Amino acid sequence: MKVKVLFFAGLREQLGAAGEELELPAGVATVGALRKHLERRGGAWESVFAEKRLVRVALNQDMASPASALRSGDEVAFFPPVTGG
Amino acid sequence: MKVCVQREDFDLTTEVRRISGEGKVGAIASFVGLVRDVPMTLEHYAGMTEREIGKIVEEAARRWQVMDATVIHRFGELQPTDQIVLVAIASAHRRDAFAACEFIMDYLKTRAPFWKKEHRAEGARWVEARESDDEAAKRW
Repeated sequence: MKVKVLFFAGLREQLGAAGEELELPAGVATVGALRKHLERRGGAWESVFAEKRLVRVALNQDMASPASALRSGDEVAFFPPVTGG
Repeated sequence: MKVCVQREDFDLTTEVRRISGEGKVGAIASFVGLVRDVPMTLEHYAGMTEREIGKIVEEAARRWQVMDATVIHRFGELQPTDQIVLVAIASAHRRDAFAACEFIMDYLKTRAPFWKKEHRAEGARWVEARESDDEAAKRW
């Protein structure tokens, strides 16, 4: 299935990418699995998405958790803890 | 209810007047957040910011008497003393107005997808989220 991934703030800078359209391999069907899939790219991806790093996720513009299920056409955004206000 | 995410500055008096109502509003509580002494760039997740702030205001309206509410949050390049955010709540009485205003600010600090990048002489640096903000949100 195809999903759109977005990266914000410090994450975007470390990865050198604002986002991409991604065809997910079979078996990658949750937010948590997607994060691990990205981590496996290695280099900056491994460092940004390492398990101990605090990364927040939104699915279709609602805060999500690792267990959140993905559907074709979903928009998944990864970002650092927020600092607005 | 008005929720705006915008580059432009806002005027507190104008926004307070807008929610003054026609005789039932007895209290308006407001908060303005400012940039202190370091210029910054505010990034946001367009679409989600308005949505998330809207959800927070709706939550406040479930818990307190909110007759009207305005939240304006800016993004882009901001300089020392610039206004960043406004929360204004209209209610019949002050207790609900104050509580809803503070609640919205505490939740906005931990949930609204904005990120601040400070520009200091030694370079630009992303501001780190604070544990004290998480604690403030938890107490509600």
